[in-house]
Amino acid sequence: MAGHIFYFLIFPGLLFAGVGGGLLSWFDRKITARVQFRVGPPLLQPFYDFVKLMAKETIIPSNAARTVFLLAPILAVSGGCLSSVFILLPGFGISTGFKGDLIVVFYLLMVPSLSYIIGALASGNPIANLGASREMKLIIGYELSLLLVLAAVILKAGNSISLGEIIVVQQQQGAFIGSISGILLFIVAMMCVQAKLAFVPFDIADAETEIAGGIFLEFSGFTLAMVKLAKYIMLLVLPSFVVVILLGGFRFEGIHILWSLLKLLGVVLLITLVRNTNPRLTIGQSMRFFFIWMNLFAIIAIVLAYFGY
Amino acid sequence: MGIKSYCFKKSLWLYHFAGASCNNCDIEVLDCLTPRYDVERFGMLLIGSVRHADVLLVAGSINKKCKSRLLEVYHQAPKPLVVVAIGACGITGGIFAEGNTFAGPVDKIIPVDVYIPGCPPKPEAILAGIVNFLNKS
Repeated sequence: MAGHIFYFLIFPGLLFAGVGGGLLSWFDRKITARVQFRVGPPLLQPFYDFVKLMAKETIIPSNAARTVFLLAPILAVSGGCLSSVFILLPGFGISTGFKGDLIVVFYLLMVPSLSYIIGALASGNPIANLGASREMKLIIGYELSLLLVLAAVILKAGNSISLGEIIVVQQQQGAFIGSISGILLFIVAMMCVQAKLAFVPFDIADAETEIAGGIFLEFSGFTLAMVKLAKYIMLLVLPSFVVVILLGGFRFEGIHILWSLLKLLGVVLLITLVRNTNPRLTIGQSMRFFFIWMNLFAIIAIVLAYFGY
Repeated sequence: MGIKSYCFKKSLWLYHFAGASCNNCDIEVLDCLTPRYDVERFGMLLIGSVRHADVLLVAGSINKKCKSRLLEVYHQAPKPLVVVAIGACGITGGIFAEGNTFAGPVDKIIPVDVYIPGCPPKPEAILAGIVNFLNKS
């Protein structure tokens, strides 16, 4: 029991994912600044933001559902921590003895987005509700593509639905990205991660210039700090998930430590570059993008994987 | 200096309220975000919702129509909040001070912490004003 609480709160749960995700969030902002020929924020900027928000006043709108509004960001953080535990424990080579965690992870990764929707709907603000409905449509768009990617990964791993076994298979036969179907799957998975993180081509739910922050509009102080923490955690968890299912996972011996870190930073770098070189899509465009193109890519990848390419 | 006030100074999020302005101060505020001036190196971000704001930038003269809006925005923002009046119109009323619809300079309506004079102030002046305020308090 104590071990489980340690996993959830310290490593690889709340503390580790929060600090690591904060550093990745600085990396993302710094790269964004360098792409735009700016200097960018200092290294500790995400932590300054978090402490500042914790110390600020929390406003609850008069027509909000109080309890749900306050609890939704905490639910987002706990969903992020749980998914971080389930992804990073096999990722670091610690056996959980849990068959079928891939399916659980798929649902846990959805929890933060769902909590934002619940919080936005509970805030009683019409613009936040608009953001929530946009986020729902986006979820309908990308979830099927992500499920198809997972199906292809399961097929390539010899019908195994345990993350630990998927990593073992990749370490024996080489990472899945080394094949044609693997490259297609990587493209689709990156696009799904982009949409899950709500980064720019798919940031229709919190479009600042259109609907003034969208789903996060009414959050302030403590609740906004929790939302930021959940976003930091997801910025660590989702790229690690891509690394685990397609790029061969992490290894912690000798030179492999550097190699694992480079894989993670490379995935975050790709996400940041896509974010900085694309304009925001409309809801129709992004749903069409996932329904037609990404699903097509994923199905082609499944067929290729079935024939062994 | 406590950790709270240190972090507050290191991460100011700006909310931009344009009164009945001629838009020139607003454009100079946006200039601060460009690569040449880059306020993000001080941790400042321009954000879309007043619920996230630490700094309320008020530009332009305040007339009778936008006085109630300014008060509402001020009360909606979480405290502590720094209010910055930008430009001659925000500080004194400028050329609109004698006008029929003029409802008083910003500091008659809400408490103002920083005044940045100029018509419009240069981006350097805006940055210098805010950085001086941070170093002083």
